[in-house]
Amino acid sequence: MATTYGAIATVTVGSGGAANIEFTSIPQTYTDLKLVYSLRNARNLDTDSISITINTVGVGTSLSLRGNGSIVVSFTETKLNAGRVVSATATANTFNSGEIYFPNYASNVNNKSYSSDTVTENNNTQAFQQLDAVLYPSTEPITNLTIFGDNGNLVEYSTATLYGIKNS
Amino acid sequence: MAATYEPIATTTLGSAQSSVTFSAISGSFTDLVLIIDGSFTAGGGIDTQFNGDTGSNYSRTRIYGTGAGVVSNRSTNAGTISHGYISTSRSNTIINIFNYANTTTYKTSIGRGNAADARVQADVGLWRSTAAITSITLFGGTFTIGTTFTLYGIKAAV
Repeated sequence: MATTYGAIATVTVGSGGAANIEFTSIPQTYTDLKLVYSLRNARNLDTDSISITINTVGVGTSLSLRGNGSIVVSFTETKLNAGRVVSATATANTFNSGEIYFPNYASNVNNKSYSSDTVTENNNTQAFQQLDAVLYPSTEPITNLTIFGDNGNLVEYSTATLYGIKNS
Repeated sequence: MAATYEPIATTTLGSAQSSVTFSAISGSFTDLVLIIDGSFTAGGGIDTQFNGDTGSNYSRTRIYGTGAGVVSNRSTNAGTISHGYISTSRSNTIINIFNYANTTTYKTSIGRGNAADARVQADVGLWRSTAAITSITLFGGTFTIGTTFTLYGIKAAV
């Protein structure tokens, strides 16, 4: 039976860290994409966010819902949100957990709408859960994805895997 | 390698339509995932009924953000589960339905609505029936041309 849910690529950050994780030349043979990631940031600030670029563009409409264990807020931004990231001040060896789902990523007709869910649980004074609804206003097929911390590098062992899902 | 995640059916609307039904769903999977990507002529939740049951057998709890505020509410003894949110702009909703084929327990679901111009939303749903789910009907507004619906099945073991 043909594979309908397959790994396209995995990238793990090496020693010294990296500014981002990038997937290039994404095959157009699937229907949907899922990006699953486990990231930690080098900066000493536990309120840092992560974002993506699509086809090297980072502008869109993000509507987010975020809780930190005591309050929940909703806000909009004009970048392509991908949740919050565990920072250098967090408990050692903890990384965030996140996934983004891109339906119909290879369409050349429709704008791209994606769903992002992340958590930064680290058994410390503060952690975040964030849901993002994002619209990337372009009908171009997605061929390139980059995920990065808004401030600071991703540390060693940060990893992301891109999966492809076929509807037939 | 045997597949554990398989497409069951997919539909792309060639014209505006007020409902979509997946019927004769095989009981050979463990869980279901439904991906809806498109738009409504007027924004709203996606009403969901199983096996054509129009009785007051559904409930759900919801949290959503609009960018200006956060709301949580509940609906009990309802005639549908309203999952997610589709707006007039390109948006998507993802619905996970758990252990759908068993004939012992009531059926539960999680919906995630992603409409960047209107709402980001999460729902949990319950259908108070022990029947295996064999059909799913989606409605609640008018889906526009080009909206896609894909139902996937996930197997716990092969």
